[in-house]
Amino acid sequence: MSLLHSYVKVRARERGRALPRATVRHVHLAEAPMVFVPLRLAGEAAAPLGAMVGTDPARPTLLVVPQPRNRDLRFQFLADLGAVLLPYVDRISRQVETVEAKTPFERCLDAPQIVVPSPGGVEFTAKLGRSSRFRRTTGPYAVDPAVPMLGRWLTFLAEQSEFAGSSLMVAMTELLTAHWVTGQSAVEDGDLAALLGWIDPPEGLTGPEAAALADDPLTPPAGPDTHPEFDRQELQKAIEHYDVTGSAGQVEEALHGQLRPTWDRMWQAIGLLAALKESPGATARWERDRVHVALHRAWIDGGGLPQGKRDSAVAAAKRLARLEAAQQSFEATRAFDDPLVMAEYRADGVAFAGEVVAVDLTRRIVPPGGKREVPRPLVTIETADPVRLSKGKKVRSPSRPRQSATIAELTETTVTVQIDDGMGRGGQPAEGSVPGVGTVICYTELDPGESRRAPLPPREETPWTHGGPPPEYVPTDDDAMEPWS
Amino acid sequence: MNRLDAIRGTTPGQDHNARSIAALAANPACDRRAVLDAAAIDKPRLMRRLRFDDRWGQSPFAIQRNQQFTDLVKANGAAHLLRLLRTLLDLPIEEAGYVNLEDAGGNEGHVARHGHTRRIIRQTAEGRGRATILDRPLLRLDVAGAQVYLEPDVIAFQLGGRFHIVAIKSFAIVDDQADTPKVSAAAREAAVYVHALRDLVGRDLVSHDVILVCPRDFTNEPTATTVDVRHQLVTLARQLSRLTRIDTILDRLPERLSLDVDALPAAEIEAAVAAIPARYAPQCLSACELSHLCRREAHDLGHLDALGRVVRDDLGGIESMQTALRVATPGEPVADDQAEIAERLRHVARLYDEAVA
Repeated sequence: MSLLHSYVKVRARERGRALPRATVRHVHLAEAPMVFVPLRLAGEAAAPLGAMVGTDPARPTLLVVPQPRNRDLRFQFLADLGAVLLPYVDRISRQVETVEAKTPFERCLDAPQIVVPSPGGVEFTAKLGRSSRFRRTTGPYAVDPAVPMLGRWLTFLAEQSEFAGSSLMVAMTELLTAHWVTGQSAVEDGDLAALLGWIDPPEGLTGPEAAALADDPLTPPAGPDTHPEFDRQELQKAIEHYDVTGSAGQVEEALHGQLRPTWDRMWQAIGLLAALKESPGATARWERDRVHVALHRAWIDGGGLPQGKRDSAVAAAKRLARLEAAQQSFEATRAFDDPLVMAEYRADGVAFAGEVVAVDLTRRIVPPGGKREVPRPLVTIETADPVRLSKGKKVRSPSRPRQSATIAELTETTVTVQIDDGMGRGGQPAEGSVPGVGTVICYTELDPGESRRAPLPPREETPWTHGGPPPEYVPTDDDAMEPWS
Repeated sequence: MNRLDAIRGTTPGQDHNARSIAALAANPACDRRAVLDAAAIDKPRLMRRLRFDDRWGQSPFAIQRNQQFTDLVKANGAAHLLRLLRTLLDLPIEEAGYVNLEDAGGNEGHVARHGHTRRIIRQTAEGRGRATILDRPLLRLDVAGAQVYLEPDVIAFQLGGRFHIVAIKSFAIVDDQADTPKVSAAAREAAVYVHALRDLVGRDLVSHDVILVCPRDFTNEPTATTVDVRHQLVTLARQLSRLTRIDTILDRLPERLSLDVDALPAAEIEAAVAAIPARYAPQCLSACELSHLCRREAHDLGHLDALGRVVRDDLGGIESMQTALRVATPGEPVADDQAEIAERLRHVARLYDEAVA
């Protein structure tokens, strides 16, 4: 959060309508995103109750578990979900291109995209994945072959969603709050209906009015948790009816009533996001997503084991490093792609913008550790921003992302930066390689390039401080037959 | 009849529980909650009278699941619990006595039940050697100068003269990991019990390591871990000490204030509630039954708190929306102590307008 964000919240409250937080869309939207709205039974870790899923707004597939405490019915639900999701994942992930590089690699032409209503939906998906990926398809407690395969893909997608900027599995409330600022608190923004009420209220209503409507207990929550009152009034009776008659009709009807409004809101939200132009960074990140899908596809096809229960020390450290790198790169790219995002950093003093008022093109110095004089021109920018960067800080500009510069001098109203590279090989800077007087330019400490990190040892060389080399994880019979309550 | 009983009037009171103490301690500046809790007002009932929707119920499925699991752990003299204490926590227990403190010889009153709990706990503490499981002790706590009783939803386990609080929760620990917010909430609640039990038997006799019993993975099988609640205890103690003495708050309230939920017309109740100052923040939504009422009021008054504590902190020093918008507008008069934030806000307003344009 930033001062700018807080201020815009106040403005949004006054206006009674959400205000933009971004001018472009920082997430890729697949041509056919798969919307997945799961519900779980209250009080249970991973007991699915039902779900609405599909790629066609007009024709959702409704899946229900008429007696959520029945294990066989739960596995039937997972098999049914697999029958919807797996063909979608397979069809997309089997179309692969080879990318020419020093080491050529494979990349899917497109990638699956699962959209859930909230971070709770992602978490629940991860739990479903965990509870199904070790299941066996033969022997005691055998399950439908779709179940473990579904578990592996759900686990993969939920894991990818932890990486900032990945679009493979996304939570709608997070996407919306990244692109709009409402006049309600972050807690209340976690409710999809209230959030959408602020962004796109129904005709004739203000944002707060629409959000208040969403707050009514009659508006079904976006899940995965259901409303306790719904459980008491409707669901309990419907399940009892199933227990007595064996007919799932009442449960289906009850859950349809809970899921359909959220389903429609999900597509309304996708429509709002689709209206924004996609940022270049989002397209680039999607390319990386496609590489990850190709890697996972190859791992599964090559007979690889399902994801372990816990990471080994080295795997965990690598994963953490990748998470951090993705976060840093995502934040910087977003700001580089979008002046409105950059404004938040300018307000906080880690970026500044203004007009170039003086340029010293002839300056040459011997850089520390160097022997020859090289051109290091100085550019002075006049700015009204409250700059909090200090002398010696490396900075970059969104309009010249490949050129690095260093802050050389700061006064109340001006910042002088020294241009460090990207000026050609000549004795003088190449034409146009240094911003000229009158140019309006922005500099920031953010760096969209992923910084280099210390390499981690291979698994076999895990140091004793971290428990030494871990044994390879092989799922056991116990994992496969793990009882479910 | 004391002042608090007078405020509650003829409507039956409602017990505190660890959760409500934790919620009260989390917002120590809220007079409204302090008074209502001290007077043992049934808040959900009050909200229903004021025609706010009841959203505080628990799902019957969750209740059932919780009950099933708790029964399982406690079955056969808490056999499961003893096994876990032995194998997982390596406690040298040969055998243990199980005492249900809920039954105080047919006497249902709080005072009598609490007295019974005290007697048994003292005896147990002096008996030392043999392990004892004390189920559903009714503990008492001094909150802002008022004595409140804690809903007995906990087990005290005594070994070698030292007590441990055992919290049974039905959220799952999957692959040795549980949902962080749920664990934190459980730790905060358990800390309240530790605090209350220490009041009774002395600080050194109650361990700061709480035993958390939860289902393992996707099964019904209980597993136990210890949770160190020292941090929560310190926080709780500090927050309890910061709570304004309830007498001081009562002195500031209108003399004839009454919140007799069953006897008064809704309009009068509403006016009485409004007469007690509240301090609403969005965190209240998940912790306090009155939150929806306070939220509406806070928005009507344009309190910045209602948009989140972050917003208020960012706009340091400014309390209301109107002030924030005014000082952000160039040319408007600004108080001296707001000059700095006004300058920053004006800059931010310009940045935003430029970027959106």
